[in-house]
Amino acid sequence: MSPPPERAPQEQPLLVGLAGQPNVGKSTLFNLLTGLSQHVGNWPGKTVERKEGTVTHAGSRIRVVDLPGTYSLTAHSPEERLARDFIIQEQPDVVVMVANAASMERSFYLLAELLMLRVPIVLALNMMDVAAAEGIRIEPHVLEAALGLPVLPVVATRNQGIADLIPAIEQLAHAPTSFHPQKPQIAPPHREVFEELKGLITERVPAPFDPDWVALKLLEGDTEITGKAKAWLGEGGWPRIEALLRAHEDAVLDIASGRYEWIGRMVRAAVTRPRLGQVSLTDRLDRVAAHPWWGLLLLLCVFATVFWLTFHIATPLQVWLDEGVVEPVRHAARQMLASAPAWLVSLIVDGILGGAGLVLTFLPVLAVFFGALALLEDTGYLVRSAYVMDRFMHPIGLHGKSFLPLFLGFGCNVPAMMGARAIESRSGRLLTLLLAPLVPCSGRLVVIAFLTPAFFGTSALPVAVGLIALNLVVLALLGIVLNNTLFRRQHMAFIMELPLYHKPNIRTIGTFVWSNTWAFARKAGSFILAASVVIWALSYFPTGTLEQSYLAHMGRFLAPVGAMMGMDWRLLVALIASFVAKENAIATLGILYVQGGGGIISTLVAEVSPASALAFMTVSMLFIPCLATVAVMRQETGSWRWTLFEIVLLLTIALSAGIAVYHGATALGLDR
Amino acid sequence: MSERRPSPLEQLAPGMHAVVCAIQGGAEFSGRLAGMGLVRGAPIEMLQNVGRGPLLVRVHETRIALGRGEAMKILVQESRDESAA
Repeated sequence: MSPPPERAPQEQPLLVGLAGQPNVGKSTLFNLLTGLSQHVGNWPGKTVERKEGTVTHAGSRIRVVDLPGTYSLTAHSPEERLARDFIIQEQPDVVVMVANAASMERSFYLLAELLMLRVPIVLALNMMDVAAAEGIRIEPHVLEAALGLPVLPVVATRNQGIADLIPAIEQLAHAPTSFHPQKPQIAPPHREVFEELKGLITERVPAPFDPDWVALKLLEGDTEITGKAKAWLGEGGWPRIEALLRAHEDAVLDIASGRYEWIGRMVRAAVTRPRLGQVSLTDRLDRVAAHPWWGLLLLLCVFATVFWLTFHIATPLQVWLDEGVVEPVRHAARQMLASAPAWLVSLIVDGILGGAGLVLTFLPVLAVFFGALALLEDTGYLVRSAYVMDRFMHPIGLHGKSFLPLFLGFGCNVPAMMGARAIESRSGRLLTLLLAPLVPCSGRLVVIAFLTPAFFGTSALPVAVGLIALNLVVLALLGIVLNNTLFRRQHMAFIMELPLYHKPNIRTIGTFVWSNTWAFARKAGSFILAASVVIWALSYFPTGTLEQSYLAHMGRFLAPVGAMMGMDWRLLVALIASFVAKENAIATLGILYVQGGGGIISTLVAEVSPASALAFMTVSMLFIPCLATVAVMRQETGSWRWTLFEIVLLLTIALSAGIAVYHGATALGLDR
Repeated sequence: MSERRPSPLEQLAPGMHAVVCAIQGGAEFSGRLAGMGLVRGAPIEMLQNVGRGPLLVRVHETRIALGRGEAMKILVQESRDESAA
């Protein structure tokens, strides 16, 4: 490396892209580099998160963009396309390639691809501690000499090596001409066709694209580049190329294995491996965790613990927030506004503060749930659960990867929808999105946790479990039906890495909990707030009392439907209100049934029969998802048609189930 | 040299080592496998295969879970002894 030339003061901040495969500790490194300066947005026009932050070092600023974690740079997924588009279009000064020192060969596949994009690269060899624990010895300077690019050993989880990484980035950014790395060469049998292709396209490939790279991607059968090249070459030039490509269809396999041969040569001298024969900790743990039956048992125990924790830590916190924060604030607001018009007081106290309070009291449940989840994810356990569950997902047309988003749904359907992004195939993602709202979220669990003891006393637990089971049975049946009709046998490949188990990192977990809870509060929260004001207006106007309101009119209008399920207009209004947020149902019942004294539970039990209550709970559990979920569903499917399809579908299922349950319960004598 | 014919990865017994000799199923499928180390010529070890459901293999120090359908499209040649890995 040449010494850094004198840098122009106060020029634009350097732009650095952070690239790496999944499970190499890239997020940890990104968090470490950018700390609290990071902000999360979306890539333009995509639902993939774009995380960006800044590092200030010796007076100069570096913008760091966290590229999506991808195994390669071929256009198989939106993430891979985004990562390479960023490098081609935005031309970062340096790309920091994060590799896992404990599985270097595999990590370097992305490096082999990155090198073809002609961008200066710094290699951050992360997880040196894990490699050491596995008995792998690495000499970074030998690797550096072989590759011809800066190699920096780091341990992101312990903040080691970061101090050297930043100057290395700056040095390379200011002397890009000094960058002459070793690159993988195309295998001899295809060299000739590669040169021929290059000759044919060079004149026609527009500016930021490199003809070498385009020719390579054409040989690899990259769909996006093939489409682009077709347009660039037009009717005249394309057929010749197409014929060449058809004659060399096998090139893709040779290019891939050629990259690993190159990697093998690069790594050989720098790495010493232990003798085979010792059984690693991961293998020993996997004998239980990934075992078809023991693994399932473990999974049940782990998830039971997660729920237990969620409700035992979060529920008291929720109560405390409600009684200790929300109520006093509303009380104070009411007093401050004593001289204001009644509707304004009600708007602020019931509509706005009520809605905000709802969002606030919901956060502990989410935070605890996300915390437990991040812990499981960070240790490496969570993907094992997907592996163990894979065999059970196939009958409903999904595979193991859909298990995680569906499981997330127990906390909240919103992150479940977002979690479905991890599924590569569009049909699999869509099917997961359609099924996810049938997972009873904590909002609905709160409703049944509140109502079942009131109506069923000592049998509350079996009734609650039965209601949850009903949801899951409906989910499975719907999955089977959709899989055999709309999604008829669209096969999805199940390929998933199981990373090494490792000690969880508090910082990673904290960041995950914070960013997800905050994302919920921001996105869903503002939605809930707006909608709760709308519902408030419907319940307040025109006369100022709920009984005479538009909402009550709607409830009475729908009374014939309610009658089939044994529900009066008040229960129907509570259902409508639950569209804003599921736990709204209880607050609404409180307002409607409690008129002048008396507890909500005793009044409800006196006025509603167990059969009607059971029908109400059944419908609540299966009803159209809450507003926030609908909004996210629209965003994730990118289609109003699928969103409306889902709403109509769930409405039909919920009402049919409500009618069936009511009549069943009546036949059993539960109508008093 | 082994004269045994290539067989689907799905039939490799747990604990056995093999070398990948062909991948069927198109550029996209083989491209995705390549990113995870599964390419022609890669040494592979079967970690778990219970005859149904997904299976677990090790390639280049990486554990990869594969659906049974996917494992049928990967042809491997069993290595005679374990030192091949």
